[in-house]
Amino acid sequence: MADTNTGSFQSEQLARLQSVSGLQWLADINRAGAEAFAAAAWPTRKTEAWKYCSLRALNDNSHSAPAPVAAVAQNDVQQAASVAGLDAARLVLVNGQVNTALSDALALQQVTLFSQADAAQQDLILTHLGQTGHAHPSQHLFNQLNAAALNEGVLVHVGRNSRLEKPLQLVSLTTTAEQAFSVEQRVLVVLETGAELTLIEQFASLDSNSADQSFTNNLTELVIGDNARLTHYRLNLMQEAAVFVGSSQVNLKRDANYQGFHLGLGSQMTRNDILVRHTAGGSHCEMSGVYVPQGSQIIDFHTSIEHEVPHCTSNEVFRGIINDQARAAFNGRIHIHPKAQKTLAELSNKNLLLTNKAEINTKPELEIYADDVKCAHGATVAQLDDKARFYLQSRGISEQEAQVMLSFGFINELLDALPHEAIGHWLRPLLAQRFGRPQAFDEDLVETV
Amino acid sequence: MISIKNLHAKVEDKAILKGLNLEIGPGEVHAIMGPNGAGKSTLGNVLAGRDGYEVTEGSVVLNGKELLELEAEERAREGLFLAFQYPVEIPGVSNLEFLKASVDAVRAHQGKDALDSVNFLKMAREKIKSVNLDQSFLKRGVNEGFSGGEKKRNELMQMMMLEPKLCILDETDSGLDIDALQVVAQGVNAMRDPNRSFIVVTHYQRLLDYIVPDYVHVLAGGRIVKTGGKELALELEEKGYGWLENEAQ
Repeated sequence: MADTNTGSFQSEQLARLQSVSGLQWLADINRAGAEAFAAAAWPTRKTEAWKYCSLRALNDNSHSAPAPVAAVAQNDVQQAASVAGLDAARLVLVNGQVNTALSDALALQQVTLFSQADAAQQDLILTHLGQTGHAHPSQHLFNQLNAAALNEGVLVHVGRNSRLEKPLQLVSLTTTAEQAFSVEQRVLVVLETGAELTLIEQFASLDSNSADQSFTNNLTELVIGDNARLTHYRLNLMQEAAVFVGSSQVNLKRDANYQGFHLGLGSQMTRNDILVRHTAGGSHCEMSGVYVPQGSQIIDFHTSIEHEVPHCTSNEVFRGIINDQARAAFNGRIHIHPKAQKTLAELSNKNLLLTNKAEINTKPELEIYADDVKCAHGATVAQLDDKARFYLQSRGISEQEAQVMLSFGFINELLDALPHEAIGHWLRPLLAQRFGRPQAFDEDLVETV
Repeated sequence: MISIKNLHAKVEDKAILKGLNLEIGPGEVHAIMGPNGAGKSTLGNVLAGRDGYEVTEGSVVLNGKELLELEAEERAREGLFLAFQYPVEIPGVSNLEFLKASVDAVRAHQGKDALDSVNFLKMAREKIKSVNLDQSFLKRGVNEGFSGGEKKRNELMQMMMLEPKLCILDETDSGLDIDALQVVAQGVNAMRDPNRSFIVVTHYQRLLDYIVPDYVHVLAGGRIVKTGGKELALELEEKGYGWLENEAQ
């Protein structure tokens, strides 16, 4: 379909791709990606999947400069990326390039960079790469661009019945530069039968005080083998000038377990596509997410859960608080295929609008083609609970402060439920700050008194 | 302490209180009993300033201040405390955070020094122990997943932290077993003070075995229809409210 408004972004990126020299063994993937990207129609307001997600930021400002190579001090990384109280192996990428000096030795041992993959690892990568979301309607032109530009990536391969001793933290930092630039980032996680991993993907701007004009295009593929377990955090904390488009694609094998938490806090425009495919019986997906846009931020979550086979379960809870004139979209699709009898699937999306200029577009999409399933969904745009507000006021707390406490509580409920308490502890003050609410207590103090 | 004169209030256009008068002096405990639908809970809600309860006539003066002109939070800061019949669950807001905000607001208004975090935590731990709740309840969401009895004890704990001048207990005893009732009653009795008054709203005489009132009032048809000493409660337990309702009409 011809689009009269083909973005300048698209032609600029195609020009940029000419100068990208990839890895020989990925050349087919690069070529196929480039062709698909060149042929793709640029999404407009009329494109259903992008209706609420303006890509103007990409067209208004050229993002075709090469990602700068930046010198980064260890201290700055600490500030931007360290999670207090979490003992993790950290891999640091700066503008898409792995920075070995800033990364932990353990993390460097545990991952394989595509550029360093041996023959067996190349085979493993080629077996899975691009397959997790293959031919799925959620695939979009940015995934194709990612494939086209692919020349480095991170492989995390956890062998049969083994477990990485520490959570693996992938920190993607972007820097301030004269010109806006693009960063492609690709992660492939393969968990063999019975393997376990906690993966934290964190996207942040190195300097919170000057404009980070990067455009990050991420694609993370997660293959969770039979009876394997993945605990996954994806946290976008970039500052407001950045643009982020990311996809996570999860394939669940027999009795596999995915537990995911997705946070949208940063960047002027964030688009997150999450695809979870149940491909064998007994698998379970437990997913939550929080988005808190403010100012004129746009945050768009598109989730698709594919129940392709019988006897799988999924539970999805997303909550958003939209402030100022910010906009958010949540599109939660659950697709239960004809064969997928005995599916249990639940989806809940609740939103709070803090101003009358804030906007949320929430749309649960259930497609159920099997008859013996239990499927529940709810999407609400709510006001704060009057009873709760009165309760707080009756204890001397002002209406305004009650409002702030309840708003924060609305999302804090999901932080409380995170499997890694340290991550909740770390995120709480960041979120509290958004509501102009200093944290009442130092968590450590509470433990000691 | 508090002087309620000719109080009329309605909820959704339905008149509930129809000329209620009540005078409570410092240090006194007044029980208010009455049949269901008499307006007992409405009284508590009107005094605490809940939205949706419209006062159409009358006045309420608490320690020289016209209460009805104040917002709910201002009433609390002036020393009024309502222990809810159905305390609200607020997931995501920890009990500690809530208590700190509350105690800070009330103390600031009363010109008392703010408690620092260490002293506040000490006090909170001490009080929660005194109502027989585990320390872990401090970190949980406000009333979240608490049993009925635990919620009532949490109300009592808040009351102890805030040291109010006028405590209104709205059917605090309903749904409690005897053990929990005794814990609550002991807590209330420990707080009795020549400068602190109580309004104990209850449907059952049982509570008054443990919290012995100075006065018992019967609220029926939106008015106090009878006032007596603690022995009136026993009489009501025996005879029910029917005879008084007839008398009132």
